[in-house]
Amino acid sequence: MDQLKLEIKEKIIAALNLEDVTAADINDDDALFGDGLGLDSIDALELIVMLDKDYGIKLSDPKEGRNIFRSVNTMAAYIAEHRTK
Amino acid sequence: MSFIVDYNCFTPLGPDLQTTLGRLEEGVSGIQHFENSELLPFPYYAARLPEPVIHHPGFTRLENMLIRALAPVVERNPLSGKSLLLVSTTKGNIGAIAGGEAVQDAFLPVMAAKVARYFGFSETPWVLSNACVSGLLAVAVAGRMIDAGAYEHVYIVAGDEVTEFVLSGFAGFQALSSGPCRPYDKSRDGVTLGEAAAAVLVSNAGGLFRVAGNGAVNDANHISGPSRTGEGLYQSIRRALDEAQLSGPELDFISAHGTATEYNDEMEAIAFDRLGLNRVPVNSLKGYFGHTLGASGLLEAVISFESARKGILYPSLGFETSGVSREINVIRQPEKRPVKYFMKTASGFGGCNTAVIFENLN
Amino acid sequence: MNNTFYIQSYCEIRDGAIRLNGEEVFSAEAESFADFAKQAYHHFETGYPKFFKMDKLSKLAFLAASRLLTEGSNTALVFANRSASLDTDLVYQQSIGDKEAYYPSPAVFVYTLPNICLGEISIKYKLYSENGFFVFENFPAAFFPAYAHTLIRTGKADDVLCGWVEMLGEEYRALVYRVGKQGLMEHNEQNLNRWI
Repeated sequence: MDQLKLEIKEKIIAALNLEDVTAADINDDDALFGDGLGLDSIDALELIVMLDKDYGIKLSDPKEGRNIFRSVNTMAAYIAEHRTK
Repeated sequence: MSFIVDYNCFTPLGPDLQTTLGRLEEGVSGIQHFENSELLPFPYYAARLPEPVIHHPGFTRLENMLIRALAPVVERNPLSGKSLLLVSTTKGNIGAIAGGEAVQDAFLPVMAAKVARYFGFSETPWVLSNACVSGLLAVAVAGRMIDAGAYEHVYIVAGDEVTEFVLSGFAGFQALSSGPCRPYDKSRDGVTLGEAAAAVLVSNAGGLFRVAGNGAVNDANHISGPSRTGEGLYQSIRRALDEAQLSGPELDFISAHGTATEYNDEMEAIAFDRLGLNRVPVNSLKGYFGHTLGASGLLEAVISFESARKGILYPSLGFETSGVSREINVIRQPEKRPVKYFMKTASGFGGCNTAVIFENLN
Repeated sequence: MNNTFYIQSYCEIRDGAIRLNGEEVFSAEAESFADFAKQAYHHFETGYPKFFKMDKLSKLAFLAASRLLTEGSNTALVFANRSASLDTDLVYQQSIGDKEAYYPSPAVFVYTLPNICLGEISIKYKLYSENGFFVFENFPAAFFPAYAHTLIRTGKADDVLCGWVEMLGEEYRALVYRVGKQGLMEHNEQNLNRWI
């Protein structure tokens, strides 16, 4: 699980062009949106694409994204359960 | 002063203005359901032109659309004096890059030059590519250049196609509607794309309408989401009203942008509310044509010219129950009403907004 | 109001260098424009991480405009180029080109319109002002004075940032300048033709 969380942090940084942010800067429980990492609506959409591309997960309702992407912890849990890749 | 002298359109409802208008007045929508299309790997709604669109070989499909929309306007108003061709489009011949290369056709000035040559314009055409306000901003730009004395006549032609490029993009934004779009409605859930071309001649004399005021102010907020306070649209309308020397309630109707996304329609309602325009009849024409991108501002202005000329307000197709937080007066059925002033507004990605007010001279 | 307007300040970016009012203020050896842009960003202590989400056209326009602008002015943005957003369009096309690996990217798609760079500038500098993005085969030396001056004369803007921002592949050139009622050089077609 720790390996998956690290991988997720690195993918977030790459997919969202987060310059000057390293995996070490992102805590597992930090809020990704709003005050935490400050991601926005386009970032959320890009993460939905990442779920599909890298883990083979297609969200049936994009609004689910709000809960899934709350933190690296919630993302890792969701991916571990639903990944097809 | 600048005037609207003539106009035409080429749409899924008809290859010219009269046919298009006839079907619109019957409440017909150009939006259909598509499955198994090469344009998108799942079913979608869109307003697409019936094939074949290409009548002139040697010109692309979009160039054919532009030519077919503009030809009657040029025929009725042959080029004379200082005339400019102004082409408005968001993506041009974007299908040409499907092979992954920037081929000649994909360059907007190349496309515009071909159309200009077809009609015999001697001067290099201008191209305006400013997201979904392009078609309407072109009218403001034309008016400004005529007022400055730089040109006597500006022929505007606007067009965009429904393409894999744009459909996939809006799908990625989760912004495509699940049915025909429903501007301002409680159950609206996104954009229905459409394709069309429209043409308008703006001149320094005569005409059917006077361009009374305009404004095109940026939201300075977010590149794809509209301002929550509608700041850019508010300021655009404010400037247009000031220039037209109106305070707002004199407007007989507003042809708004109404894309049927949650955020756009709400933003417009907020801007209209801030300006005290709550009682002015409002429609979005996107229920008939879908969102025609670079053509939308011009096409919807053309239909609105006819609406004003005939004294009939057209219903905002797809609207049943209000789904915006401010009170606005959405037109539900056709209404006979003399029109002295009306306003067209548009908004687009990049935080752009445009408002143009027209005075009916008929 | 008189009929003469002036170029007040200007910034040119090409061949790995940035020049402000004719003097080089930055240059770098870089493998790519993206790398050059990153070095410039750090050199000027830009402090605006959103820069790294921008596409190449927006980075180019932003770097040039940021040498010339301050916040909150009624400065119209009138930009033009030859390729519109083709550079980014091609990147986006790659994300949908392979039916077996079909992943349309929202972060790229949002930049497939040339006027987005004007939005980025407006956001950073809080410009609630007139915007227009035009496309011409060559630097439009007749267009910029004609359009910019009418915006100022009719009170639609106090001054105008005119910009030629061409970006396609690794070919890039920005020539962005501020036009107003006073300045260094008269803003007209002849001077622009000599200058470019």
